[in-house]
Amino acid sequence: MLSLELRGETAQVAFGSKLAECCPAPCVIHLQGDLGAGKTTLVRGFLRGLGYRGNVKSPTYTLLEPYELQACNCYHFDLYRLADPDELEYLGIPDLLDGRAILLVEWPERGGGLLPAADLLIDLRHVGRARRLALMGKTPVGERIIRQMQGFKPSDFVG
Amino acid sequence: MISHWVKRANSTHSAIGLQNYSPLTGKKTKKMRVLGIETSCDETGVALFDSDQGLLGHAVHSQTEIHAEFGGVVPELASRDHVRKVLPLLRGLFHETGIERQTIDGIAYTAGPGLVGALLVGAAVGRSLAWAWKVPAVAVHHMEGHLLAPMLESEPPAFPFVALLVSGGHTQLVHVAGIGCYQLLGESLDDAAGEAFDKTAKLLDLPYPGGPELAKLAESGNPDRYHFPRPMVDRPGLDFSFSGLKTFALNTLQDAKEREGGNLSAQTVADLSRAFEDAVVDTLLIKCRRAVRQTNSKTLVMAGGVSANRRLRRRIGEMMAKEGGAAYYPRPELCTDNGAMIAYAGCQRLLGGTDEPLSFSARPRWPMESLEAVSSETN
Repeated sequence: MLSLELRGETAQVAFGSKLAECCPAPCVIHLQGDLGAGKTTLVRGFLRGLGYRGNVKSPTYTLLEPYELQACNCYHFDLYRLADPDELEYLGIPDLLDGRAILLVEWPERGGGLLPAADLLIDLRHVGRARRLALMGKTPVGERIIRQMQGFKPSDFVG
Repeated sequence: MISHWVKRANSTHSAIGLQNYSPLTGKKTKKMRVLGIETSCDETGVALFDSDQGLLGHAVHSQTEIHAEFGGVVPELASRDHVRKVLPLLRGLFHETGIERQTIDGIAYTAGPGLVGALLVGAAVGRSLAWAWKVPAVAVHHMEGHLLAPMLESEPPAFPFVALLVSGGHTQLVHVAGIGCYQLLGESLDDAAGEAFDKTAKLLDLPYPGGPELAKLAESGNPDRYHFPRPMVDRPGLDFSFSGLKTFALNTLQDAKEREGGNLSAQTVADLSRAFEDAVVDTLLIKCRRAVRQTNSKTLVMAGGVSANRRLRRRIGEMMAKEGGAAYYPRPELCTDNGAMIAYAGCQRLLGGTDEPLSFSARPRWPMESLEAVSSETN
């Protein structure tokens, strides 16, 4: 487990970017937290860390935004609007899972047991204007990511 | 089971009338009656459009009504279950309009962008019916459908125009030179405007999707109590960003909660709603004005769910009048996802000679600028 506090959007982006550096494919990351906790901002940082420079649109409406990158295929899910876990079928997730896939899933709790299990769970909470992040490794892959992330200093996430 | 019906069997349609005569040769072009099917996201929509008679009828499924159809509330029924909805909707459409299926000349289905599983339902149904009925079928771009929706009105805009597509999933400014000739001028870099409305409404404890509810509360809000930023208006360009506005709303309401002892008064909720709505409307307005000036356009078309927002319509209308032009919108029921816009767009493509093979695919990502232009003989 790794816990830290981030202040502001640039710190959130910097953190996401460093996380991408530590994240091998295939990998499944679940992001939990309220509206405005910075889940999509963290994913934007993650994609920047993978060298993606384009727009990172919120997938709230589309449920899924795919990014086919050189190093991996990154799939950004937002299950906020899912009325029933069975609707995951419409996203064709099994077809996406291969050795090159990194799944970043917002609102994973709405997917029930039908969602691929997390290697890494990130919990984001409001603490005033700052955000407290807790990272939990759920598999050896996730635990390895946390060990690598522990190598960074708080100043690495200033942005 | 069916939420919207429009029957216009004898309507005369100026745009469509014109389209039956080629502006180049003056010859009468083919008449066409097209069935449209929309299943790209939440709504299942079907419609019949006739190039002579205009929109013959359309139906959009609504969630509460399918529950009634299945004998009460069926909570496990997926809201995006297009498979179950599309055939009863089609039967209803033919029944209500009294149109014989033998009179259908072609089928248009939404092929993207959208959810791949949802798109495949409409594509498979559309393609199969076309094969069974021995008529052509055409894949339609969902956003092309939206920006052509105002063409279904009795006074349609003339090309070229600038279109603002603004909904829960999109915020885009597009230059439209003709059918199939689209240039993306700018878009949201993060949240769509409608999404920002819905999420801010949720932060204010309004039920999701609460955009329309927030807009209603804003009517009684004091415009001078809070001031929200207008994101990206001081930068050149036509892109939008609404994610920061959501965070600003969150911080402002947390401060207000602290001041008001944990709970927000109804007036504070209304005042916050007003400040938020003003910020979004101003931002959209400033970018629209910039887009029409930049492209020397006198016509602005607004489509998508948020274009039903009354303050936005009024302000955009006033702005375009000042610019010496005019703003056009589809009627509210054609602002949100529907089959009518798909039938219309598909009809124009079929009249233009688009001929597609029997194989089909859905395109979850589909840049609108990659579409082929339809020859000027038909528009």
